[in-house]
Amino acid sequence: MEFIVISLLNGITYGLLLFMLSSGLTLIFSMMGILNFAHASFYMLGAYFAYQISSWVGFWPGLLVAPLLVGAVGALIERYGLRRAHRFGHVAELLFTFGLAFVVEEVVHLIWGKVAVDYRIPAELDGTLFTLFDTSFPIYKGFMMLVSVGMLVALYALLTRTRIGLIIQAALTKPDMVEALGHNVPRIFMLVFGGGTALAGLAGVIGGNAFVTEPGMAAAVGSIVFVIVVVGGLGSLGGAFVASLLIGCIQTFSVALSISITDVFALIGIALPEGSQVARLTITQMAPVLPYLLMVAILIFRPRGLMGARES
Amino acid sequence: MKSPFFHRLALAAGVMLIGGSAFAQVKIAYIDPLSGPFANVGEAGLKGFKEAAEILVNQKGGIMGQKLEFVGFDNKGSPQESQIQLKAAIDQGFRFITQGNGSGAAHSLIDAVNKWNARNPDKTVLFFNYAAVDPTLTNEKCSFWHFRFDANTEMKMEAISNYMEKDKTIKKVFIIGQDYAHGHQVAKYTKEMLAKKRKDIKIVGEDLHPIGRVKDFAPYIAKIKASGADTVMTGNWGNDLSLLIKAAKDAGLKARFFTYYAGGLGTPQAMGAAGENQVLQLTEWHMNVPAKDTEKFALDFNKKYPGIWFYYMRVNNMVQMVAQAMNTAKSTDPKAVALALEDMRFKVDTGEVWMRKSDHQAMQPLYISIFSKADGKSVKHDSEGTGYGWKTVASISQRDSQLPTSCIMERP
Repeated sequence: MEFIVISLLNGITYGLLLFMLSSGLTLIFSMMGILNFAHASFYMLGAYFAYQISSWVGFWPGLLVAPLLVGAVGALIERYGLRRAHRFGHVAELLFTFGLAFVVEEVVHLIWGKVAVDYRIPAELDGTLFTLFDTSFPIYKGFMMLVSVGMLVALYALLTRTRIGLIIQAALTKPDMVEALGHNVPRIFMLVFGGGTALAGLAGVIGGNAFVTEPGMAAAVGSIVFVIVVVGGLGSLGGAFVASLLIGCIQTFSVALSISITDVFALIGIALPEGSQVARLTITQMAPVLPYLLMVAILIFRPRGLMGARES
Repeated sequence: MKSPFFHRLALAAGVMLIGGSAFAQVKIAYIDPLSGPFANVGEAGLKGFKEAAEILVNQKGGIMGQKLEFVGFDNKGSPQESQIQLKAAIDQGFRFITQGNGSGAAHSLIDAVNKWNARNPDKTVLFFNYAAVDPTLTNEKCSFWHFRFDANTEMKMEAISNYMEKDKTIKKVFIIGQDYAHGHQVAKYTKEMLAKKRKDIKIVGEDLHPIGRVKDFAPYIAKIKASGADTVMTGNWGNDLSLLIKAAKDAGLKARFFTYYAGGLGTPQAMGAAGENQVLQLTEWHMNVPAKDTEKFALDFNKKYPGIWFYYMRVNNMVQMVAQAMNTAKSTDPKAVALALEDMRFKVDTGEVWMRKSDHQAMQPLYISIFSKADGKSVKHDSEGTGYGWKTVASISQRDSQLPTSCIMERP
């Protein structure tokens, strides 16, 4: 019981962080149709910017300024890079973002070096929020959850309840009509891209000190965010939320299960031959593969994802 | 023809000639990851080698008047790429290579070097291993062309298990490791040796996780906690170790961690206060071992390369021993160097490093230390600017660290 509750809590926390990471990606994809391979690089930039700012003026200004800076960088990249690449079609766009990821990594190497930087959790968030069955739950994790849920609510409200949200939505389906009504559609796209990357930046500010801020951090999360977007349904914010929680829990619980494939097959009455390497693999060892397995299964059986709006 | 112009020209030519011969170099190819997830580790190693060659060899007369130089070859951490880089180095005229990060790459290099040397007896290549700790490299797979300057996993586990044997507070041990050769071997030797030395210790769990992939170790920590372990044994390194210890702190896990690599390359910084009195390491040196020369070298190094902290004393040992072997042999032919290096006893400021002839495994004093608050006395230096440093809790003499080998070496 104790173990299940703790694991569930861990799963939800991890899932919410994944949501922070993938919400921007899903936003950009659903609004602009761009699959941004460099998304995790903006996550890394957020962490490094926050580290730099916090070393000058503290964590809290960094929490606010770093995502804005990342968003500004994102907007500039959209304006002067992506928009040009867009003219040559989707492949050019994909390749552009793909290359961008490497450029960002090298820039980070040049500026901050190849070793991890000392980006720490602020003292006021360093401590125990509550203790459950004598396992402590850190304040910082609670803070992470709060920001993530806040992000979902704010995004949802912005897109469906405000004027600018309505224009954004309209610009997606009927760009010509919106343009004819006097709105600057390219600028709206620039704002969306900047906003999406700012969200990744915010995730970086918060994830960077919870884990480790180092040049490999983008590559480490780069693939899992795509799993979430695909499983959740390309372009669905709600889907990304559900998928994040699902994958967070799958990973957490699969680590907990020390049963092997042989045991699983024994449950359904099939005895596997003894001694084979594969049969001895435990679920724990397979934990990292499971999200990708889920993605493949989703693509085969439900290509539009759990809550996706369209088939692509 | 006494014009000053010709004078100067002749002088310049003379200088270039002399300079030219003094700059003839002994070059060693450093084949380790310089890009990808372990680029930080590879980069720090290369800086260490270059600095050691400069300070400890070149400024002290070099090798028969020649300079020693290390050149980086990026193997991206992969065994296949290591072979490609080895080929590239050989094509460029390198006769010496060094590698350390990952026993997989070391296995691949040892095979390739053996094969090359069998086919090209006049252009042999010698392999200096400074950190790949798989015991088989100096046992079943031992080679005349391979020398290891780090203690292997079996020796390290022997030292750690001897320490555990005396500590009666240890009752339940959990083993966690990276899912590759090294992690498997740490697990294997932990179980074997504890079973012999302390039958009452229970191994309450054993987990292998993918290397360099896990972001959130909270689920593993929940599992360790549920197992009731009071001690965790891990061979993890880099971020896999930092994140593990961070997650343990977050969950309030009170277990002690026995590690190989908590001492360097960013891990102390990531642990911070979380590691205090919780994390132990086994190394050949740390900042608070009384060793004046190395201490000074380390302080200078840290000043010169901000952001990288000196970590590998064995790199210094290796560079000096290789230089001495070449000077003694009066040759830079790999075979002659190997013969001079065999059985060498080299004085360093922690004691003596002995390169055992039978398996080419270096024997050296080892230290078990615990992460504690820097107090200016027993913990004189902190680690990576954290305010915490390493305090020796046990020293293992060179003699005590020796273990028998099953090596049957083929000699040329």
